[in-house]
Amino acid sequence: MSNVSDLFNYWVVVFLMMAGFYVVIAQGNLIKKLIGLSLFQASVFIFYISLGFVEGGIAPILEEGVSNYANPLPHVLILTAIVVSVATTAVGLALAVRIHEAYGSIEEDDIQTLDLEADDPDEAPSDKPEDSPR
Amino acid sequence: MSAQALLPWIITLPFLTAIAVLLTGRWPNLRETVSLAAGVGQFILVALMTTYWSPETTPSLVLAEPIPGMALSLSPEPLGLLFALVASFLWPVTTLYAIGYMRGHGEENQTRFYAAFAISIGAAMGIALAGDMLALFVFYELLTLATYPLVTHAGTDEARKAGRVYLVILMGTSVGLLLFAVIWTWQLTGTLSFTPGGVFEPDTGGLLLGTLLMLYVLGTGKAALMPFHRWLPAAMVAPTPVSALLHAVAVVKAGVFTILKVAVYIFGLDTLAGLAAADWLAALAGLTILLASLIAMTRDNLKARLAYSTISQLGYIVLGAMLGNAAGVVGGGMHIAMHAFGKITLFFCAGAILVAAHKTRVSELDGLGHQMPLTMLAFTIGAVSIVGLPPFGGTWSKWLLVQGTLDAGLWLLTAVLLVSSLLNIIYLMAVPLRGFFATPAAQTSGMREAPLPSLLAMGITATGCLLLFFYAEPIYRLVWGILL
Amino acid sequence: MNLGDHLPLLAIILPLLAAPVCVLIGRAGAAWLIALTSSVLSLAAAAALLQGVVQERTVSYQLGGWAPPWGIELRVDLLGAYVLLIVCAMAAMVMAYARRSVIREVEAALIPAFYAALLLVFAGLAGITVTGDAFNLFVFLEISSLASYALISMGRDRRAVSAAFQYLVMGSIGATFILIGIGFLYLMTGTLNMQDLAQRLPAVSDTRTVRAGFAFLTVGIGLKLALFPLHLWLPNAYAYAPSVVSALLAATATKVAVYALLRFIIDVFGADFSLGDMPLNLLLILLGSLGILVASLVAVYQDNVKRMLAYSSVAQVGYMVLGIGLASAAGVSAAILHLFNHALMKGALFLALGAVAYQMGRVRLKDFAGLGRSMPWTMAAIVVSGLSLIGVPGTAGFISKWYLVLAILEQDLWPLAMLVLVGSILALLYMGRLVEAAYFQHPEKNTVVPREAPLSLLLPLWVLATANLYFGLFTDLNVGIAQQASSQLLEGRP
Repeated sequence: MSNVSDLFNYWVVVFLMMAGFYVVIAQGNLIKKLIGLSLFQASVFIFYISLGFVEGGIAPILEEGVSNYANPLPHVLILTAIVVSVATTAVGLALAVRIHEAYGSIEEDDIQTLDLEADDPDEAPSDKPEDSPR
Repeated sequence: MSAQALLPWIITLPFLTAIAVLLTGRWPNLRETVSLAAGVGQFILVALMTTYWSPETTPSLVLAEPIPGMALSLSPEPLGLLFALVASFLWPVTTLYAIGYMRGHGEENQTRFYAAFAISIGAAMGIALAGDMLALFVFYELLTLATYPLVTHAGTDEARKAGRVYLVILMGTSVGLLLFAVIWTWQLTGTLSFTPGGVFEPDTGGLLLGTLLMLYVLGTGKAALMPFHRWLPAAMVAPTPVSALLHAVAVVKAGVFTILKVAVYIFGLDTLAGLAAADWLAALAGLTILLASLIAMTRDNLKARLAYSTISQLGYIVLGAMLGNAAGVVGGGMHIAMHAFGKITLFFCAGAILVAAHKTRVSELDGLGHQMPLTMLAFTIGAVSIVGLPPFGGTWSKWLLVQGTLDAGLWLLTAVLLVSSLLNIIYLMAVPLRGFFATPAAQTSGMREAPLPSLLAMGITATGCLLLFFYAEPIYRLVWGILL
Repeated sequence: MNLGDHLPLLAIILPLLAAPVCVLIGRAGAAWLIALTSSVLSLAAAAALLQGVVQERTVSYQLGGWAPPWGIELRVDLLGAYVLLIVCAMAAMVMAYARRSVIREVEAALIPAFYAALLLVFAGLAGITVTGDAFNLFVFLEISSLASYALISMGRDRRAVSAAFQYLVMGSIGATFILIGIGFLYLMTGTLNMQDLAQRLPAVSDTRTVRAGFAFLTVGIGLKLALFPLHLWLPNAYAYAPSVVSALLAATATKVAVYALLRFIIDVFGADFSLGDMPLNLLLILLGSLGILVASLVAVYQDNVKRMLAYSSVAQVGYMVLGIGLASAAGVSAAILHLFNHALMKGALFLALGAVAYQMGRVRLKDFAGLGRSMPWTMAAIVVSGLSLIGVPGTAGFISKWYLVLAILEQDLWPLAMLVLVGSILALLYMGRLVEAAYFQHPEKNTVVPREAPLSLLLPLWVLATANLYFGLFTDLNVGIAQQASSQLLEGRP
């Protein structure tokens, strides 16, 4: 079995992943949640990228006669995944902006309180201003 | 015309009637003529079918085949024909009665009422003529759904609450227990067709069969076996014609009919006689008979009293089915017809008293016999028939049921039947006794009888009770047909 | 070049291309027309594809001419074609329905973008069903998810936005889990093609890496599936999204997630591994049963009808998962069958709610008082599909319950069979409340009596409601294919 330092890339991945996951769960602020989510996703990217890395290896695409080659596929895949992640963050931020417009806050607790007030005594859609708590 | 050609018409006519009722809803007279004519037509069709029917040329009709190898089919047999005859004879009679009642009472939503009524009859026909357990189950559920708007007809809080109890108990037992039993049977045997002698292999374990029988009998909530009887008193909030036809005839009889069918064609009498579970269920039926009679005595509301009386009488039929001998099944089958005529008469009277005198309680009926002598006379006839005294139809079926308990050697149940008859006398005869012999609390003037159509309907069913005593043999022979 | 050879691509590329066109044109009516046309064409392609697959077995299509396992392979077997047909059919119905409902519920300026997002959801879901590549599946999943976050946030209630955010967080975690799982599999096998994965996995199946990958994948898909107790995002998302979106998502999104689950655990990992070596069968049975029970109970106490149906969806997912957990041909085919039937009933119910929302503006239980009289056709459709949801004989729901209970009894698990039937009774309770309000309650005073919904809403609604009755009586199409698909899945690929 290889020793701990050989697997240091996995340690980094696991640390980032857990840190991101913790932030998503523990933070009430929606922006911080998104940061955590991005961290969480980034850890997976690092995981993929380190998978495809071979010491001194090179992708056998443009050059002939490569003997020690690395698989370029994980890197290509992760390019796609990064795009997906960026899109997710963008949508998330846009939603956060709209939540701020609608509720005046991006703290989860505040939003829940406001929703509960709206539920009680009557369920009021926001297009009925007379029922709205604001 | 052959029985085969009649079959599609018998099953579709009530549904066509429902559509016609909806279309003619704007013109009440036309709408009620349609209902009445369809009812008479339906009875003629069923009567013709009974005449043409013979065991060799049993007609059959496949409606659909939702699951490969398992058809949804109709295939009449004697017991089903009897049930269909009773239901289709009483449909136009009840319609006649309903015309007087609904108008006299100024009810709303009458179009919905007549349409749902027709659909209910169609579902009852489907149950009566079903050729397999799946078809029976389909129509059984349809009957529950179609009668639901009739129970909640008034739309009051009380009616809606009753509707909830009605739907939950009937659907709950049928989906939770009956459907389970049906699927299990299919899984064990690969068939759901009604087969003389039963569908199970002779070597099927007794415990398994016992469990299945329990599921079948308790799952048939419409048979109102305790502890699943609460829906029937709840359903009494419906307009009286509904209580009369559906909750004294079509719905409850559909329940006990299902149990008889299951006993004869799914289990087979020989198998049934050997099952301990059948004895337990017979005992439960006996308990239901006694308890319901006792509760009926405490009920002051006339319709509630009649409802508990129905529960008790349904117990007789379940008891007959569970005895697993010829006399029990034939007695049970005949009791379907006999009790139907007796109980519908009683309900007609209860409704007439409500419409004409605005009274619902037994304790208010003192001296009513002078005001409404014909109604009270009809009530007496119906009550005597249900108690089982000659010269009325109820005599024969009770006789056979007692015989059945003796054949099975269950003398305790014989005693139950006899005690229950005594209780019947007490709680049913109290009504005409008060009516004719008690002094009214307040002075009332002259005769104020029920509307004419209602009186007519009562006359027909009361005469039926009498005729069934003298002409019981055709029915007896018809029911014997299922044992051949 | 024959058009028929490109059917798998056609079904997904049409909506994918139509989406940007909608935004570019920028006019509501034209966008709707484009969306409708492309989804109807996709439906035609899906139907042709299914016919081809039934006759000639699995269709394989090499994207861009790169042969698998290097290129991305679109691979459509019976199950894929069947789910694709469900997705396309529901999308076509929803699009046909959408025009007036969207005008009323979505801001005018957003409508072209709305249709674009709707098409993207559709394309993503369709893509999942045809792809033969694990990573490609993740990409399609994210396409549909991202678009659905945007769609949900377009609801009129502000809670739609917070529901969308909640869904985004949970959905992204689920998707990332799937990505990790796929990464583990790739690490061990060096391939992403599902066929190759299936061949190479057995050799390494007892390594910890594969097992971890399996766990990540199952949890990730479980999140997308709204598998109890990972369902928390679903009720709010369905309840506050625009009606059209709820209908499309309820009818297709969870179905496709069930498909992904089947694809991975049975096809890629193999039933012996997932449901035998790993205790996933027990887990699925347990969570499925709990889901049926708890979600149905919660549904009984909801006052917002859309939320009620959303919880009911969680319960219905429980039925499917339960069927898969039985790990038998009968169980899996019952699950696949319920996939089809549930799409029919939930599609019809949510479209009907859309019609009510169109007239009433909201769908609380008390808004339904008296609707039986004022909106008779809409309410009749609700009754029909509600009966199907309960599983009353003569409706499609009965057929799925029948096969599910049969599959359960095959293994003598009769308490579970009872549980399924108890679920039916609970469904009766919550649908009963709705029907009672509509038919036997008088509307509150001073409320405007609504008129019946316009024909353009009623027509697609009734197509689905009628389908509920049709497939309750004539089941050759769906039962036959479900059984074939299940045996194809379990007995290995032909």
